[in-house]
Amino acid sequence: MSSLRGKTAIVGVGQAGLGEAHGLNAYDVMAQSSLAALGDAGLKLSDVDGFFCAMMEDSMPALMAAEYLGIQPAFIDGTMVGGSSFVNYLVSASMALNAGLCDVALITYGSNQRTASGRLVTASRPPPHEGPYKPRYPISAYAMAAARHMYEFGTTREQLADVAVAARGWAQHNPEAFMRDPLSREEVLSSRMVGNPLTVLDCCLVTDGGGAFVMVRADRAEDYPNKPAYILGAAAATTHRQISQMPDLTVTAAKQSGARAFEMAGLKPADVDVVELYDAFTINTILFLEDLGFCAKGEGGSFVENGRIAPGGELPVKVVLLLRTAELPPAVNCRSTPTAVACLVFIRECMAFSL
Amino acid sequence: MPTNGPDTIFREGLSEGKINIQKCTDCNRHIFFPRVHCPHCYASSLEWHEATGKGIVYSTTVVHRKPERGGDYNVALIDLSEGVRMMSRVEGIAPAEVSIGMPVIAFVGDVDGAPGVLFKPSEPMKELGNE
Repeated sequence: MSSLRGKTAIVGVGQAGLGEAHGLNAYDVMAQSSLAALGDAGLKLSDVDGFFCAMMEDSMPALMAAEYLGIQPAFIDGTMVGGSSFVNYLVSASMALNAGLCDVALITYGSNQRTASGRLVTASRPPPHEGPYKPRYPISAYAMAAARHMYEFGTTREQLADVAVAARGWAQHNPEAFMRDPLSREEVLSSRMVGNPLTVLDCCLVTDGGGAFVMVRADRAEDYPNKPAYILGAAAATTHRQISQMPDLTVTAAKQSGARAFEMAGLKPADVDVVELYDAFTINTILFLEDLGFCAKGEGGSFVENGRIAPGGELPVKVVLLLRTAELPPAVNCRSTPTAVACLVFIRECMAFSL
Repeated sequence: MPTNGPDTIFREGLSEGKINIQKCTDCNRHIFFPRVHCPHCYASSLEWHEATGKGIVYSTTVVHRKPERGGDYNVALIDLSEGVRMMSRVEGIAPAEVSIGMPVIAFVGDVDGAPGVLFKPSEPMKELGNE
């Protein structure tokens, strides 16, 4: 099996409608971010022959989106695995490009859930053996993961709060972030409890926004205006759908996918200068730091404590809040990173280990 | 007359006040939720057994809801003594008083308008007395 390491690269990124996209529907936002990403790469919609899209609007969003854009791609992937769909597309887009099934892959997403409904939009049905107990998805699931992590490892609410505080600190450096006011640990702890042990400030913001990126094969990646971000490693793993079926609430599938992505890249956590994690709920960041190998299982709480992952913190780790703050890293972030590895993050979850 | 599927058999049990779960006769592991095959060894040889109902709270949360809409309620994951985990609600105790590691006992009660599995704290002394 030949490795996909370094075979493809991201040559353009775009975003649109961050925070609130008044008057626009989800597909409008998707299209704006797609056009921005293609524009960034010096490409046009007519160049796109590979299309990768997941949205929460209905059960066939990739078809709806391709139709809206006016493209007839030769390769399409609409696999919906929730917020990690776009990481998943790194694998399938790399495969499709490398196999010559397409030459220009557009990966895109858009949402107007804040201005449209003010709550999480989903086309999913409640799982039959969970729905009747009326868990509030996804809060209840993450709350129970947090409760279990606290029980097993002594993680504290203060440590969870410090994740939110650090993320807000990073948001204050980003003019596009949705919430930029100063935030203290005490404010997180004393805010409204929504699902014990998580307060509203431990939880994901509901925001609008779209994100897109363009991938091509490495052999033509230098032909575009931006310095390419080569995909060195990408992997996915599947453990469950229903929270009641998750084998261990303190171990995410990132333990498997992270190990495989690092293996493909030929790198290890100590090589990483910047890590950007999907941090919808404060427990996520702690779990992912552990599962990706940045600290041992159970030590995530102390790892994030007292501003260590905040701007100016002692750890060389940048953790960016996405849905919570709509803070998105500009494209230059991934390209100007001085050494080996960066993690690209777009709306929802999209992480690439890239040069 | 068509044979009933696993979900129907499970729900029929509930309507009779019984909590039936499946056990694989090949690998001897219990499974939940109901299926047509064993997700551990992939055999199709499943038998139904009535669960003991004994469980331990694996994790728990309180869903906060305005009093006028019914107030706060508990959502929990329960590990049954058979080795399977299910989502449920622990009743007979304040939602926030439910704790991880708490021994609980199952009963069939109303869950969103239909018979479903609920739990209450087990009372070890009383239970011993009954047995």
